[in-house]
Amino acid sequence: MHLEFTVIENDFVNAGSASSSIKKTLKQLAVNPSIIKRVVVALYEAEVNAIAHAYGGVITADIDADKIIMKVIDKGPGIPDIEWAMQEGNSTASPEVRDMGFGAGMGLPNIKKNVDRLNVSSTVGVGTTVEMEVNLG
Amino acid sequence: MKIRTIVELLNGKVACGEERLDEEYDYAFASDLMSDILTLGDNNPVIMTGLCTVQTIRTCEMGNLDVIIFVRKKKPTPEMIELAKDNDMVLIECDYSMFKTSGILYSNGMLPVY
Repeated sequence: MHLEFTVIENDFVNAGSASSSIKKTLKQLAVNPSIIKRVVVALYEAEVNAIAHAYGGVITADIDADKIIMKVIDKGPGIPDIEWAMQEGNSTASPEVRDMGFGAGMGLPNIKKNVDRLNVSSTVGVGTTVEMEVNLG
Repeated sequence: MKIRTIVELLNGKVACGEERLDEEYDYAFASDLMSDILTLGDNNPVIMTGLCTVQTIRTCEMGNLDVIIFVRKKKPTPEMIELAKDNDMVLIECDYSMFKTSGILYSNGMLPVY
């Protein structure tokens, strides 16, 4: 099954709608609730990142019997130092984002904790792709 | 502790989810930081927060957290209540501070997550 969602820059009202939709799909597929939680927490963190930090982008999810592969592909500005961004507590979030309870520098580390495989690639001026895979079995 | 007892102890008002007031919860967690809420494990705590936005509801939805107490006189908007109803959540309004709310629940036996 292939799912695709558009993410719009600064659209905080709809932040989480893609993650919510994927949560409902996984529930319908009778996936273990603990695994669903790991999937949607990771995806939601990445979705909020794309809305808060990037100029929008696309989320895709490919689900088969064994695994879900999710990609959050944004349109920039890109992360100059991924290693720095992966460390807990590091964030470039705006005061507006912090007012909404995000931007504590816990997003990428929390994604890493919840997925079985993670790859973050980024080119400054082009964009960032976060690829996450979770085993469903 | 029954949700009904939590509401009584906090002199709270139920904004939605009245049909679930006899359900039992053992744990509670207080935070205004959504990132903190997203790091919680599977013991399904009642959430106390002063952050009253649609993202509070969304964050709790992702974390499988379905009882939210809004402290500091914060009132959920109709949009928040709608989203909470879609996810079968209980929303409780409470006029007390986070400290007082936490203290009342802790001293009446609710357990901390860590």
